[in-house]
Amino acid sequence: MSAQPLPLIEARGLAVSVGGHTVCRDLDFSLAAGERLAILGRNGAGKSTLLSVLAGLRPADAGEVGLGGETYAALGPRAAAKRRGWLPQRHSDAFASTVLETALTGRHPHLGRWDWETKRDAEIARGAIAAVGLAGMEARDVQTLSGGERQRLAIATLLTQAAPLYLLDEPLAHLDLNHQIAVLDLFAGAARDCHAGLVMVLHEPGLADRYCDRALLVHGDGRCELGACRELLTADRLGELYGHPLRQVESDGRRWFIPA
Amino acid sequence: MPTRRRAALVLSALALLGGGSFVVALAVGSFSVPLADVVGALVGEPVEHAAIVRDLRLPRALAGFACGGLLALAGALMQVLLRNPLADPYVLGISGGAGVGAMLAILLGLATAGINGFAFLGALGAMLIVFGLAHGDGAWTQTRLLLTGVIVAAGCGALVALMLSIAPEHKLRGMLFWLMGDLSQTGAPWIALAILAAALAAALPFARELNLLARGQDTAQALGVDVKRLRYAVYAIASLVTAVAVTSAGSIGFVGLVVPHLVRLAIGNDQRLLLPASVLAGGALLTFADTLARTVVAPQQLPVGVLTALIGVPVFLFLLARHRQ
Repeated sequence: MSAQPLPLIEARGLAVSVGGHTVCRDLDFSLAAGERLAILGRNGAGKSTLLSVLAGLRPADAGEVGLGGETYAALGPRAAAKRRGWLPQRHSDAFASTVLETALTGRHPHLGRWDWETKRDAEIARGAIAAVGLAGMEARDVQTLSGGERQRLAIATLLTQAAPLYLLDEPLAHLDLNHQIAVLDLFAGAARDCHAGLVMVLHEPGLADRYCDRALLVHGDGRCELGACRELLTADRLGELYGHPLRQVESDGRRWFIPA
Repeated sequence: MPTRRRAALVLSALALLGGGSFVVALAVGSFSVPLADVVGALVGEPVEHAAIVRDLRLPRALAGFACGGLLALAGALMQVLLRNPLADPYVLGISGGAGVGAMLAILLGLATAGINGFAFLGALGAMLIVFGLAHGDGAWTQTRLLLTGVIVAAGCGALVALMLSIAPEHKLRGMLFWLMGDLSQTGAPWIALAILAAALAAALPFARELNLLARGQDTAQALGVDVKRLRYAVYAIASLVTAVAVTSAGSIGFVGLVVPHLVRLAIGNDQRLLLPASVLAGGALLTFADTLARTVVAPQQLPVGVLTALIGVPVFLFLLARHRQ
């Protein structure tokens, strides 16, 4: 009975390329409940591509991605949507829709084919909208939201989906500083209290160090380095990753990396 | 928040509108038939003008309703498939293909059945060409589908123009009426109605998935939609539905563009409600428009496509101006 709980997500021998350039080859990693992983790398290194492969949205060149021990092909899109949520980097709304309707789309995998959203679903959606600080805007048209508000609504939709694994592609895009910290605190809380798993593409190594246990450095030439933030994130290594010398500064026990 | 009760209310109201359009279509014309006689004729009593109501006006009203419903349904589906609120059933070249088939049939001197058969084959041909070209290497982006459709439609337009320019004088009028959309030549409205019902029944179970598809392919896939399969199905249903509508009444314009748009403005973009509501509204609109088309300059008849375009253009421009704000 002491079987090891299956990892929320696991990659085995993963090879990914985009536009003829290799993002990673033979990547192995697994993420257990409550663990937090940051993906760092330069623009165009293939972080988002790698994340969408992990989310089952595009095929890998080789290797497998498993959610709780099962591949996307075996699970099917619906069952997969109950196991992982994915935050896209960009949001485009072709049609008008209210904030509440948009957040309610997160309930889709939990509803049967002929079901309509119940009061309970609406409560979950309203709770998520409030959690990202958009309470009172439920009836607003999404096409009138600012970039930061739209980003927070996407996060609310993800919370409404209530999957145990969050794959976040630049969760801080468009957010001002207070909302950046609020959003990271929110997800860190989900990891701590609900044992959610987090994989997030970040641009700020200091925040990765503060909010994640491990980091995956994507160098853009096929090399990937995986390790604990504490050891992996050094000024030298990050300087090489970004192609610009960095200096580490410490404040209140937290490490930050600033361009030299 | 979308609820079943609101959907039932909206659909009941639109069903009443549809019923109203039938009453007007059956009662109004070169002979005005009193309401009591319309009802009498429908239940089979031997009232005056029963034959006009039953054999002339009823099939035409049914055909109008069916075509309007088919076009509105196809338009709503195309707008989701292409994620473009300005898409219409003809944007992917299906009516162009049907036009080429129909013009060829008229040139060859075929009867109505032949024209319809050729039009349907032309529509299917265009559908397969667009699908084959856009699908190509498997990258099936909306832009590529849209561009392929627009180009195929342009090619069909050129062929139609070619046939019109070499057609003998006495065939031109029939060809023009077909191109403008005309309900006076439609046979067998029950087939079109049955196909409308079948297509709606096939689309409705996927309505919530269509809501997600309208928000983007990756978003839909991440929320549990089998996007690839859904897009094939939507393309097939929307194309076939368009082909049936165009085959039975020519390319009637603007119903497929404006009706889903109007309905969306009024009740929102939830496909569970939008699809059936568009069918009812499209059917009612075309039935009203056709009644106008055969009465406004009676005894002469206008092609109904001219009227829907005359109504549709200003409405559409108004919507577009509003959209920009």
